[in-house]
Amino acid sequence: MDHAIAPATRIGDQPRPKKNYLNETKGFWSWAGTVDHKRIGIMYLVGVLVAFLMGGIFALLVRLTLLTPSHKLFGKVLLTAEQYNRVFTLHGAIMVFLFIIPAIPASLGNFVLPLMLGAKDVAFPRLNLFSFYLWLTGALMAITAMVFGAVDTGWTFYTPYSTTTDGPVTLMTLAVFVLGFSSIFTGLNFIATVHKLRAPGMGWFDMPLFIWGIYSTAIIQVLATPVLGITLVLLVLERSFGIGIFDPRIGGDPVLFQHFFWFYSHPAVYIMILPGMAIISELIPTFSQKTIFGYRAIAYSSVSLALVSFIVWGHHMFVAGQSQLATVVFSALTFLVAIPSGVKLYNWLGTMYQGNIKLDTPMLYAISFLVLFAIGGLTGIFLGTLATDVHLTDTYFVVAHFHFVMVGGTVTAFIGGLHYWWPKMTGRMYSEAWGRVGCALWNIGFNMTFLTQFFLGSKGMPRRYYNYLDQFQPLHAFSTVGSWILGLGLFITAAYLLASLRKPMDAPDNPWNGTTLEWKTSSPPITHNFEEQPVLEREPYDYRPVLVAK
Amino acid sequence: MSTTSVDLHTHSGGHAAAHADDPHHQHHFTTMEQQFDTSKIGMWLFLATEVLLFGGLFVGFGMMQARYPREFVEAHTHLVRWQGALNTVVLLISSFTMVLAVQAAKKGDKAKQVLFLALTILCACIFLVVKYFEYSHKYEEGWLPGRFYSYKGDSIPACHAAPPGEAAAAAPAANAVPCTNGYATFFSFYFMMTGLHGFHILAGIGVLSWILIRAKRGEFSASYYTPVDLVGLYWHLVDLIWIYLFPLYYLIQ
Amino acid sequence: MEWLTRLMMPPAGSEYAKEIDFMYMGLFWLCGFLFLTIVIPAFYFIWRYRHRPGRVTPHVTHNTAVEIVWTIIPLLICVAIFFWGLKGWMEYAVAPGDAMEVQITAKKWLWQFEYPDGSRTINDLHVPVNKNVKFVMTSEDVIHDFFVPDMRVKHDIIPGRYTEVWFNPTALGKHVITCAEYCGKGHSDMHAVLTVENDADFAKFLETGGTEWEDYFNGKDPHKTPADWGRVQYETKGCNSCHTLDGTKSKGPSWKGIWGKMETLNNGQKVLVDEAYVRESMMNPSAKVVNGFEPIMPSFQGLLKENQIKGLIAFIQSLQ
Repeated sequence: MDHAIAPATRIGDQPRPKKNYLNETKGFWSWAGTVDHKRIGIMYLVGVLVAFLMGGIFALLVRLTLLTPSHKLFGKVLLTAEQYNRVFTLHGAIMVFLFIIPAIPASLGNFVLPLMLGAKDVAFPRLNLFSFYLWLTGALMAITAMVFGAVDTGWTFYTPYSTTTDGPVTLMTLAVFVLGFSSIFTGLNFIATVHKLRAPGMGWFDMPLFIWGIYSTAIIQVLATPVLGITLVLLVLERSFGIGIFDPRIGGDPVLFQHFFWFYSHPAVYIMILPGMAIISELIPTFSQKTIFGYRAIAYSSVSLALVSFIVWGHHMFVAGQSQLATVVFSALTFLVAIPSGVKLYNWLGTMYQGNIKLDTPMLYAISFLVLFAIGGLTGIFLGTLATDVHLTDTYFVVAHFHFVMVGGTVTAFIGGLHYWWPKMTGRMYSEAWGRVGCALWNIGFNMTFLTQFFLGSKGMPRRYYNYLDQFQPLHAFSTVGSWILGLGLFITAAYLLASLRKPMDAPDNPWNGTTLEWKTSSPPITHNFEEQPVLEREPYDYRPVLVAK
Repeated sequence: MSTTSVDLHTHSGGHAAAHADDPHHQHHFTTMEQQFDTSKIGMWLFLATEVLLFGGLFVGFGMMQARYPREFVEAHTHLVRWQGALNTVVLLISSFTMVLAVQAAKKGDKAKQVLFLALTILCACIFLVVKYFEYSHKYEEGWLPGRFYSYKGDSIPACHAAPPGEAAAAAPAANAVPCTNGYATFFSFYFMMTGLHGFHILAGIGVLSWILIRAKRGEFSASYYTPVDLVGLYWHLVDLIWIYLFPLYYLIQ
Repeated sequence: MEWLTRLMMPPAGSEYAKEIDFMYMGLFWLCGFLFLTIVIPAFYFIWRYRHRPGRVTPHVTHNTAVEIVWTIIPLLICVAIFFWGLKGWMEYAVAPGDAMEVQITAKKWLWQFEYPDGSRTINDLHVPVNKNVKFVMTSEDVIHDFFVPDMRVKHDIIPGRYTEVWFNPTALGKHVITCAEYCGKGHSDMHAVLTVENDADFAKFLETGGTEWEDYFNGKDPHKTPADWGRVQYETKGCNSCHTLDGTKSKGPSWKGIWGKMETLNNGQKVLVDEAYVRESMMNPSAKVVNGFEPIMPSFQGLLKENQIKGLIAFIQSLQ
């Protein structure tokens, strides 16, 4: 009997269905009132990318102001100190709350999660739409606050500065409160979906690792965000009614605010990175055409990161006036939380070993992630170490560290995932040549901007500084030029991605030869996702060839 | 491994299905049972977020109590025990009637559903009426949150700080009378926690009323009583939170 | 590798700073090594295992032994680093018992330093070299942070509370002090200068009571006259607990309008209230007691610096 060995996942491309989720229904209300997770994902994608643009413009403004100690551009002062304080606050608040926390879960996650599970939609489609409108409401409230003078508290809202400074602090705080509920409901939706809507035959350890990552993220979203909610309510009430909890003039404890705030905000950074790692766990096996190395280890590390993230918040407060015992305990626990991340990095390398590696744009971003996240994570060690943290905290070293993990980590992964699922979402392939250009500029610009800042910090340049000592100027200038290259790279990326939308829909169902279920449906998918309920018959990431009878 | 193959496209008439299609069946679920189980998971997760929301306030209260032990104990005496106890009994009864309502819905007994839901709502209203009397008494006496606190009969005088936004004064003069913010902080927490709880009672009344209307229309039966069950879960949590609030505020002396 | 340390760190102002630099460089090399264990395989693999059509990859799902090794080794490294950091931190966290205490009051946007003898300065910190100095700090408004990069120490300054930090400076000369907790418009202008000097220079600095008084005597600011400086002393040295400014009789005579008056003492003598009289009243108060008052005023010998006395005299003179 003749037989041929064919790569396991190659299914013959089906004829492209005429109707897909994009064109089946038309008109504004078919989008505004949709309960289709794919459309909601696209709406979120547009929203968070607009937020990213806003936050990015503020970032460029910050860097431009710091180009010279005089803050002048073409002879005119670009921003006064008060304006600068507002701009860096908005940069942080927009990037954290409007962009990076929702970005991967609500856009790519919404689109891909049900497809990967072989489901028709998320557990609560109407709640999903409601989450989107909560995000939009929070965004509009934040924009309103910006229009009415903006806030200058820093994105961390430390008291008593935030309870006494003028400006629409209450409005901005309430905007974040609303955004928090958007995040909670998204997480709630995903947890229920993963528990109950998996395809027949898909046990917990048959799920793609992207799901494990999103699931772990959802746990944090559900458990941590309410604490942020109540913290913000307390802040607003303190400001308006003087309840006496955080303001020392009326008997409160300002350090208590920091404990409340970081109890959410540390787990929040894992809301940011876990989805990024989740994407990398998809990109590396696909572009190595090899099964993931250490599936269970990666799955367990995702969940353990989510859980351990709740007990390390005090490492943001080593010099803030918490007790010495707390300081020591938090440092020890912080080292513990470093281990699962390291394990993942080595597992990904183990996947690439003896692989068959294609360097398409998503994989270029995945490699970039490995490098940039390694730097970000390793510099965390300097900060978790008590003695060095005393010198480095509240300096540019911290700024560099968190940009490396959040931007070098999460945003790199996000862009990689965007390219990876672009054909699935839009039905078009983007230009690979331009993809390489964009990735190169991303890496060059990012490293120029942020590697420099480690040195600024260790040499003693504090953060949130408008004026700086002359000796720091060369490093600041170098960092600013880097930001221009970074911006250019992103602009180019946006341009070629948008340009691809003008092409006809010609993307194959499975351009990357992936094994997960989203590649078993058309690009773009039909509204109901699958023609027939898919049934899982193989392990995840199984690239072994099957014998095909001819 | 199942080999079920269900045509996901249409549910148009004439299509032979294993179940008579329930009008409430959402079609991304394969069975009503799956839908019901999933809804329950969703509600439990939501309740977890509520626990954490209130939990933050409980923690804040604990921290402030440690800071002002004497003032907190003294301030407790202004709360009227029998009113708190009455409200506790009322809520416990309402939880009981809620359970009966869920059971009635499961059996499809319309009359009983309506009766028990109405009784639950009635209990909730009684709770709010008692709360109104408590709050208005506090208002009269000046036991108000933060800078609105104006009661004069405390053993340590209450501070009256400058309103927020004004510059802080320099260190107080050497012979200033020591004052405390502890009472004002206590009542800040009292109003925040009972207020947030009361808001949840109010929201509960709203949701229960909506369920009552649907029950009157005969929507619920053994095959579909999910909303009643979920609202029941929510209501029990609201009751449970009060079970923690009551001893914290009314019984500690 | 001195040059590398100098590239990344500010000058080392103390022995402790050198220890921190050593730790920093140690972590730098260690993390650099760990970074290479990730990056070198990554780049090697993308070259060595670059795509060749038709090649089949081995189906290796895991290797328990290897995974345990690369979990345990980083864990052990982390434990070691934790203890290393703890050791250094414990040294920073508890000031030695013999440390000289300087009080810091931070407010938007300046530093006020007060020395053990009561001298005060603004934005100008002097300490003797090779001696332990401890800072007891509070804020009058929002959270600030006392950061001395050359000493590798910082700590938040919190309103309504006292926090502490200490160091033992070994490097003579001037060092930067800068606020490291965002506090508003003037946050990046909130600098002070730390001058580390030998004992003789430090003693001379203390003698003049710091430098804050100079602003009141150089005539540059119309709101800062010697009389204004005297008012500051009136309010902070305890004069206001016995002497009023509005004529009300208290434990001591009011200062309103006394300058140039003929005052009657308790022994019937009359005396002119002039500079000599005021000076004597501060240093030896029981020598002349005004009629109708008890001889209860304490002596301020050694407690007031010359500029403070001059200020008080100017202040009393202004209260016509």
